[in-house]
Amino acid sequence: MRMLALHLAVLAGVAALQFVLPAYHHTNAARILVLATYAIGFNIAFGYTGLLSLGHALFFAGGMYATGLLVDQGGWQPWAALLAGPAAGGVLAAGVGLLALRTAGPAFMIVTLMFAQAFHLAILYWGRFTGGDEGFTLSGAARRLGPFDLADPATRYGAAFLLFAAAMLGCLALVRSRTGRVLIAVRENEERTRMLGYDPFRAKLLALVLSGLLSGAAGATYGLMFGYVGGSFAAIQYSILPLIWVLLGGAGTVLGPLLGTALLFYLIDWASSVTTASQFVVGAVLILLVLFAPRGLLGLLRERGLRSLP
Amino acid sequence: MNRETILHPTRRSLLAGGAAALTAATLPRFVQAQSSEPIRLGFQLHRTGIGAAYGRWYERTALAALKVVNEAGGIAGRPVEILFEDDATDPRRGAEGVEKLASQAKVDMIFGPLFSHVVIAAAPRAAELKIPYLVCSEGYHVASGKLNRWTLQPGITDVRAQVTAMAPWVTQNLGKKVTMIFPDYAFGHDHRDFFTEAVAAQGGEVVAQIAIPPTETSFTRYFPRIPRDTEVLYHVMVGPAVLTFVKELGEFYGSGAKPEIFGFIDSLEAVDIANPGLQFLEGSHFWEGQCRMLQPDASEAETFYRDAVGVDANGAAIEDPKNVSCYGHMFSVWETLFAIKQGMEACSWRGPQDRQAFVEAVEAFTEMPAGRERPQGAKVFNPKLHQVFGHQFISKLEGGKLVKVHETSLEDGIYPSDVDYLATSF
Repeated sequence: MRMLALHLAVLAGVAALQFVLPAYHHTNAARILVLATYAIGFNIAFGYTGLLSLGHALFFAGGMYATGLLVDQGGWQPWAALLAGPAAGGVLAAGVGLLALRTAGPAFMIVTLMFAQAFHLAILYWGRFTGGDEGFTLSGAARRLGPFDLADPATRYGAAFLLFAAAMLGCLALVRSRTGRVLIAVRENEERTRMLGYDPFRAKLLALVLSGLLSGAAGATYGLMFGYVGGSFAAIQYSILPLIWVLLGGAGTVLGPLLGTALLFYLIDWASSVTTASQFVVGAVLILLVLFAPRGLLGLLRERGLRSLP
Repeated sequence: MNRETILHPTRRSLLAGGAAALTAATLPRFVQAQSSEPIRLGFQLHRTGIGAAYGRWYERTALAALKVVNEAGGIAGRPVEILFEDDATDPRRGAEGVEKLASQAKVDMIFGPLFSHVVIAAAPRAAELKIPYLVCSEGYHVASGKLNRWTLQPGITDVRAQVTAMAPWVTQNLGKKVTMIFPDYAFGHDHRDFFTEAVAAQGGEVVAQIAIPPTETSFTRYFPRIPRDTEVLYHVMVGPAVLTFVKELGEFYGSGAKPEIFGFIDSLEAVDIANPGLQFLEGSHFWEGQCRMLQPDASEAETFYRDAVGVDANGAAIEDPKNVSCYGHMFSVWETLFAIKQGMEACSWRGPQDRQAFVEAVEAFTEMPAGRERPQGAKVFNPKLHQVFGHQFISKLEGGKLVKVHETSLEDGIYPSDVDYLATSF
């Protein structure tokens, strides 16, 4: 109950932020919430189930393109197209999972990376439809969910908050459930889990599908919120970023993805405003993290006392 | 106020009069402070990422132009500042940069980005924030109508106009049967589509289109697909693999007969053309937005610009001959800053409340004569397309030097279009 109260308090704080943040940080916060949703999805696979994927950009961009293409070229209503985003992410994750989960460890990383790269190249190849590397913009009408215009900052923040809140509470419920404990058991010792009568393949596939679903939802929402769908979101950079966000905040913690995403976002923002060598600063911070807090900031907190942190 | 009041003032009327006098005394100072307040321009800079070579020179060009503008009295007598924001040549960071410059740094307007994907991602945010966004990008996206009323390109011609302008010279002087080799993404596709169309209009034919996947690092297996009857090989390869591409193309043809070769300087921006790996390109032709090497007939404006930016006769930094510039493109930054000056002065710019008036002032541009403001040459602005049209240059590599052999006319690059941003809302 105490942990539930903590998470609800974080959500209340995030909701309240929109009333006090200046314009620039208001938009940043909306971005961070959607990207943190993506990180929560990644964390279900990596942090809780031990599946280190290097191909999650496939699910994020898959959701973004499903929604973007359907609303832009398919004539779908934005509401319906938005729902197609998580569906696409989930279906892609199921397809990749059925094949890639036959491997483990480095082989799993390589296979997921391969699928994501193939998707990225497909986007470039079919540029006539996808806009290739340039991508395409979404019209104002394509970004209106009924009476709600996602170009409006307050609406945009509200949409990002709802998505993030649903993802975070869903993740919290999952990891505290019996299913969630099986996922963690698979991460800790797959063979022992199997001997206890559970099916690790099924558990891992479930984790990957849920992960893909959240990633797709984040990609779809991001595209509609900012009016742009582009091939760069399918590039390897967007497979690496959620890994860094999760590692920074704390893999296997519900709040870690939000913390990691926000910290890295503002670290880059701050570093690029004080030095032209911003990437050096970011790299140095990440090295320090690996050396002194390999389990991430909330992982460190959990080790140092707050053991019940989910 | 009646006569009685004037002769026998009450305490209230005295207070009111004092307040009015105080206001009157301070108002001119306030107005003066506002009118001499610096104009703040945001520059979306590719400082890192794949566009970093361009970013370095775009920053240098912007600062050189800024110095010239300020030394000449600024814009409408007000000094000008530029705030640079790195976008890492990434679409997401590009949109964030626009937000940061507009909402946090509170600049008056934003200019400078080159890479198409960054421009296309950031333009919707500029429109939402209702801030003029002047881009220095070549891709066919502003003029295609897919952006918005707030996005303008007054400093460089788009790729469709470039290839349309050059196709007649290529078909008349190099050959009518063309094989195109291009990267298999949007930049290459623009070349593929518009050059093929332009060659056909000249009675020529593109006999093969060879698309190279962007992840390719070796090109040998693509060269046998070049038809034997190819008269012109048109290449627009970009990125770090371009040296390998040229080397392997040279090995493929050896010392035997080879077609005429026509390429875009985009392949070799910031690269020393005298690089040993590029010997095979000797005798080939290039498109240049502006001639990298100082030509004998260079105008006074061109030499003034070259000196101001600090570029030597070979197109390299004066202080370091190995630091080769992006001379074929970077004039767009210089000319865009002067277009901003012209637009701001035309709309009697006071502050952000005049942003829409500024866009309308730029939309009133038509003829843009050559001069120090436009060292690349005269241009004509099409308000409906929000796109400028200019001269293009074709150079031949002779003895390791790029020598200008042709300059297209302004009319050569004009193409028909139904796009009309003037009919769209702000």
